[in-house]
Order: sequence, then structure tokens, then C-alpha cells
Amino acid sequence: MKLFGLVWSNLFRRKTRTVLTLLSVVVAFMLFLLLQAISDAFSSGVSLVGVDRLITSPKYSIVDSLPVSQKQQILSVEGVDAVTQQQWFGGQYQDPQNFFPKYPVVPLEYFDIYRELHIAPDELEAFARTRTGAVAGAALVERFGWRVGDVIPIQADIWPKEDGTRLWEFELVGTFTSDEGPVPLLLFQYDYFTEAVEEFGKDQIGWWTVRLSDPSRAESVAAAIDRLFENSLDPTRTATEDEFSRQFANQLGDIGFIASIIMSAVFFTILLLTANTMTQALRERVPELAVLKTLGFTDTTVSLLVLGESVLLCVAGGLLGVALAMLTVVGVGPGLESVLGSFNVSPSAVLKALLLALLLGLVIGSVPALTARRLTIVDALRAH
Amino acid sequence: MTHVVECRELTKQYTRGRETIEVLRGINLSIEQGDFLAMMGPSGSGKTTLLNLIGGLDHPSSGEIVVGGANLNQLSSRELARWRSEHVGFVFQFYNLLPVLTAQRNVELPLLLTRLSRAQRRQNAETALEIVGLADRARHRPGELSGGQQQRVAIARALVADPELLVCDEPTGDLDRDTADEILGLLELLNTEHGKTIIMVTHDPRAADHARHVLHMDKGVLLEQAA
Ligand SMILES: Nc1ncnc2c1ncn2[C@@H]1O[C@H](COP(=O)(O)OP(=O)(O)OP(=O)(O)O)[C@@H](O)[C@H]1O
Ligand SMILES: [Mg+2]
Repeated sequence: MKLFGLVWSNLFRRKTRTVLTLLSVVVAFMLFLLLQAISDAFSSGVSLVGVDRLITSPKYSIVDSLPVSQKQQILSVEGVDAVTQQQWFGGQYQDPQNFFPKYPVVPLEYFDIYRELHIAPDELEAFARTRTGAVAGAALVERFGWRVGDVIPIQADIWPKEDGTRLWEFELVGTFTSDEGPVPLLLFQYDYFTEAVEEFGKDQIGWWTVRLSDPSRAESVAAAIDRLFENSLDPTRTATEDEFSRQFANQLGDIGFIASIIMSAVFFTILLLTANTMTQALRERVPELAVLKTLGFTDTTVSLLVLGESVLLCVAGGLLGVALAMLTVVGVGPGLESVLGSFNVSPSAVLKALLLALLLGLVIGSVPALTARRLTIVDALRAH
Repeated sequence: MTHVVECRELTKQYTRGRETIEVLRGINLSIEQGDFLAMMGPSGSGKTTLLNLIGGLDHPSSGEIVVGGANLNQLSSRELARWRSEHVGFVFQFYNLLPVLTAQRNVELPLLLTRLSRAQRRQNAETALEIVGLADRARHRPGELSGGQQQRVAIARALVADPELLVCDEPTGDLDRDTADEILGLLELLNTEHGKTIIMVTHDPRAADHARHVLHMDKGVLLEQAA
């Protein structure tokens, strides 16, 4: 449209002001998308696998432990098909930034329950046989260039060894993949762990994975397990895997909620700042708008010109913000993937951001547009 | 001779709080086609107010005003806007150009409301700039032009849609003598060569000398219509 040129030119009236306003919008939308990506990661890390699995964890906090002795009792519950343990090991591989989960597990039980994980039979056998053996998800092998036979040193933080040292060394005996893509996970023998670990860690596990013989009875089985330990020293909380992951995210802080609070605050600030800038910009231009009206531009056209400016600015800022967020994700995404599972900007988040940008532009522009519309030529020219 | 402008018993009041100010008190005025009329009078006598009524920028409190055959009282503000864009060109004391646009694009502004193509708009703007002698400054922004040059651009803008009537409110009020003379010469040329009817408010008797007729206004009434 031929009036677009007019809107466009006006943005260059005060270049610094336009650039600063644009920047604040860009930053807002970049933040929006990154927080959206984080919050997506937390909610989508929860996958559909394991509908036939329950997770039994310490009732009050996931950082507590449970005694390995619970295993037989859980197995005795009607509807339980298999049980295996995991423990959160923490620790560092070379650099604190190399974050990936490491669990001590019982090899055959673990891979029997986690059927979506694929490992070559001879490698699984080697894992079961080798006391200090470990297997790694393809994602890790690829990332660190490991080979079968390599020794992987892990510096413990939570679990020092009995002899007081903190260096755990595992021999890589195999790799595994998952139906869901490469998994950044390192597994080693629980037997070795419980034997070598400092006294307080012995015979302790982090959580149980329980396979159900009949997934439709998940609720009653979960209740039965929890009832077993209700009055013991180690009460449990059993939930489907899905729910467990969600609780995990909740315990880390409701990321989505925090994100939306931050976003609202940032948005509100930007809205005020931009609206203020626009109003100020309009005041300077009252005589010009009056001139346009004098020349025969209707009230509607003039108000649309003003509205167009703020919409253009916000949408341009939104687009740039989207672009920057995508670049950021490409840059840091791979590093964060091991923590968050997936870290990317979804098309729906982009759409949301752009709609929001449009809305922001309309809201911010509405008051100046209305002022412009109401402006009477004679008064405006006189005020000049 | 036909009358381009006919004012009958025009009045205009402004109410400020309880106070009512009578700015125009029964103006009767006929302006012939091709006239160049200067309007003089003390500050606050109502010159700008009358000019705004004739240019269709404001409505009178009472009375009738017919410009180029159109009864302005009967037009809605939207119709009035359209009418202005086709029939009147405005020139102000402070030029009132859009600082972000080049001279060329300032001149093109009124044409954005027409059906002309981009090329035609450019062509017409160039012609208008040639008439005011500023073809070589087409790409300059107002900030890069002198006051006289800016006023020429403003005149080109007033001309570009080829209106019958030019309405000028103290067009030389902000210019030095020589520059003012140039602008007045240009207005005279537009009047004689291009047949534009011009109404110009001025405080400067020398400026009024360029006009064919001079009107004097005081306290909202026209005093005389001297030759
Ligand atoms: N919107 C308005 N509200 C109230 N009073 C107004 C308004 N517009 C004009 N006036 C008053 O009307 C009177 C005439 O104003 P006008 O601008 O027509 O005078 P003028 O002859 O053009 O004066 P000047 O030579 O100073 O430009 C002034 O007293 C002015 O204060
Ligand atoms: Mg005046």
C-alpha cells in the first residue's frame, strides 16, 4: 500500500529512539521464546513410554533414598511384574559443563524393563559380567568420542568411595540407543556401586521402576505399594512414570509458572515503555498529523498511520526476537539437550510470539491512534 | 465573473468555559475567480479563523459558505476532507512539511489520496517542484533546505493536485524581505500564469502590494474592500 512508505519513513524520524524501542521488543520476544523452549522441554521431556511402568520414589523428596530391601516386598504385590532400582549418581565427567545423568542399575533387570532401549546382546552380557563395566547412550558416545574399552573417569560429588577417594572409573563395554533418539545417559553396575560406595550409600537406591502385568490397574497397584511402606521409616510415593517426571519438574520449581511471571513482568514493562515512547513521539507530531488532515487525509487514515507504526515496530521486533531465539537455540541447544532432553523453538511458540507481537502493537498503538483520530485540524495547527 | 468563494453572514464563536468569544461577526464576502486577495488586520481579528472556514478546515457557527460551487456546511467531515484534497491548496507560515520526507515526497503527499500511479505521482511532483524552481532539491529533506526553499516546497505541495484555490496564512511571516519577495513573486506568477485564485493573510503592507485586492479585518468584521 502506498501509505506504507509514510509509516516506514516515520520510523526513521528518531533513529535512536526507534532502535531502542525495537531492541526492547526484540529482547522481550527472544526471552519469551527461550523461556517457552525451556518450559516446553520440561513438559515434553515427559514421554508416553512407560505407560505400563510405575515409579516408586521417596515420599517426601526425590533427594532421599530408599533401602534396597524393599525390592522383595514390592515384587510380592499383586499386579507387579518386575522391579528394578536406580540411583541418582551426580558426579562430573572432566568438566562440570559435561552434564548427563548417571545411574547405577542392575543390568539385566534394567534393560528388561526399559524395552525401548536397545543394546546388542553380547554387550549387555558383557555389562552384566563386568563389575566396573558401564554402558552409554549413543548421544554420549558421539559427544565425547568414546569407544568400547575406554575408561570413563567420574568425579563423585554425592557418593565418595569407602576409601575416601572420589574418583570412580568405569570401563565402557557397550552402547545403547532408544526408540526416542540418542539418550544422554550413562549406566553402570549397582553391585559395584553399593560395594564401593561410602557407608551411607550402601544398599540405598533412589527410586524403583515397577513394571505392571496389567497397565489398567496402575492406580490400585501404586496404592498397594505405598500402603506397604506407609508406616515404615521409608514411606514411598508411587506414580506413573509420566507423573513422576512432572513431579520432578515441579520440584525443580514450576518453570512454566516462573517463566510466565517473568514474561508478564517484562512484557508489562516493555508495554509501558513503548507506549510511553509512542505517546511522546505522537505529541511531537501533532502539527504534522494536522497537516495530513488538512491535505485531505481522513481521520481514519491518519489514525491507521499511527497504529501502523506501532504494529510495524512490534511485529518487526517480534520477528527479530524469533530469529535471535532460534540462533541462540542452535548455539546452546546441543549443550542443554543433555539437561533438558530437548531444547528448541517450536512452531507453535513462534506463532504465539508473532500473534502476541501483533497484539502488543495494536494495544500500544491504540491510544495514540485514537488521539490522532480525534485531533481537530484548527486546534492542532494553532498549538504549533 | 464567477465567484469562487461566497460567504454570507458567517459567524464563528468559541466557548471557553462560561465565556463566549465572538471571533467572526457576520462576514459577507465574495471572491472572484482569478483574484489575488490579501487580508490584513490586527492580531486576533479573526483572519486565520476566516481562512480556515474558507479552506474547509472548520465549520462556521452560523451563516453560509460556498466555495467552488460546494456548500461546505452540507459536507460531512469525510466529504470535506476529500473536497479539500481536490479543491484547495494550503500554505502556512511555518511551512509544515514532514521532516522525515524528501521534498519530492512531501510534494507527493496529496497525490497519495488520488488514483494516480506511482510514476504519475512522481511526474506531477517533479512538475510542481519545477514551477517553484526547486527541481534540483527534490531529494533534500526539509532540514537541509532554507526557510524560503521550504516555503517553495510547501507551495509545490499546495499546487500539485491542481486546486482552483490557494489559501495562504502569513506565507512570508517567517522570511526575510528578499526571500519574502521571491515567494510573493511566485504566488503572483501562480495567479497570473496558472490562474489560481489566492487568498493570503499577511501583516506586511509590502506583501499586500503584490495582491490585486486588500481586505482589512478588525474584531471579526471586514472593514473595507479596497482596490
Ligand atoms: N479554538 C479556539 N478556542 C478559543 N479561542 C480561539 C480559538 N481559535 C481562535 N480563537 C480566538 O479567536 C480570535 C481570532 O483568532 P485568529 O487566529 O483568527 O486571529 P488572527 O487574526 O489570525 O491573528 P494573528 O494575526 O495573530 O494570526 C483570537 O482571539 C483567538 O484567541
Ligand atoms: Mg492568524
